[in-house]
Amino acid sequence: MNTMTEAAYLADESNWQPDDHEHHDTGANTVFGFWIYLMTDCLLFASVFATYAVLFMNTAGGVSGRDIFELDYVAIETAALLLSSITYGFAMIGAHKQNRAATLCWLLVTFALGAVFIGMEVNEFHHLIAEGNGPSRSAFLSSFFALVGMHGLHVTAGLIWMAVMMLEVVKRGLGNQTVTRLSCLSLFWHFLDIVWVCVFTVVYLMGVL
Amino acid sequence: MSSHSSSANAHDVDHGSVRSYLIGFVLSVVLTALPFWAIMTGQFEKSTAIPLVVIMAVIQVVVHLKYFLHLDFTPAGKANTFAFLFTALIIVMVVGLSVWIIYSANAMMMY
Repeated sequence: MNTMTEAAYLADESNWQPDDHEHHDTGANTVFGFWIYLMTDCLLFASVFATYAVLFMNTAGGVSGRDIFELDYVAIETAALLLSSITYGFAMIGAHKQNRAATLCWLLVTFALGAVFIGMEVNEFHHLIAEGNGPSRSAFLSSFFALVGMHGLHVTAGLIWMAVMMLEVVKRGLGNQTVTRLSCLSLFWHFLDIVWVCVFTVVYLMGVL
Repeated sequence: MSSHSSSANAHDVDHGSVRSYLIGFVLSVVLTALPFWAIMTGQFEKSTAIPLVVIMAVIQVVVHLKYFLHLDFTPAGKANTFAFLFTALIIVMVVGLSVWIIYSANAMMMY
């Protein structure tokens, strides 16, 4: 059964390859459609940013951003995410050159950096909750956990997607369809970095002022 | 016809080069380090620091869009760029007007 599926895959791929033009078309359309989805995701983030901007002063007598944010910690998180953006770029360059080993290596590095980011964020949340500053403490903390947590969930989804893509590259190589999927993930990953730029500016930097 | 030529080009545009990624990365590092340094060392008054970090963030978003997401105004990339510009307009309205309305309401409740 397994070999049957794999044979079907291979047949599929060889069908794709000679028909370059036809496939480029659907690939580009797929990437454009994914871009439109990202724009709607952008609006989702914008509304949560608006919520945060409206609520962040309402600390209900509890902690404010000045008390709980540690900028050097956030700077390391930011560095990990920013580095992961360029390493994903290198993975894409490898994919376009049909260099499977390079693509896999860079995807692995990107995955590790993303995992560092998520690990640090979970650790930060854990500390806050352990100290009694959980999301139910005040409107400020609710909106903080909603905004930063939503970004974190997106990054986690990106990591799961990346793990699946690494398996796909190992199993199927870099066919047109796989490269299209990697392109979509590339947009997703860079987009999350842009959202993080807004998060560290609005939440962390402006929060400690 | 038009969709064909645009998607063929879109494929070229998507690639990016090592050089353009590196330029984008270096600019991003500078635009990230500067605001962190400004706030962590407490260099500036609040009234200077806020516009400073906001401007740095806006520039950095543009850098990411250009060098990592490869947005441009070529015939192939135009659709993506305009989709983004329209989204940016909506975001400015949603966030800007919410903040304006609620802060005005807060100010009026004080007195």
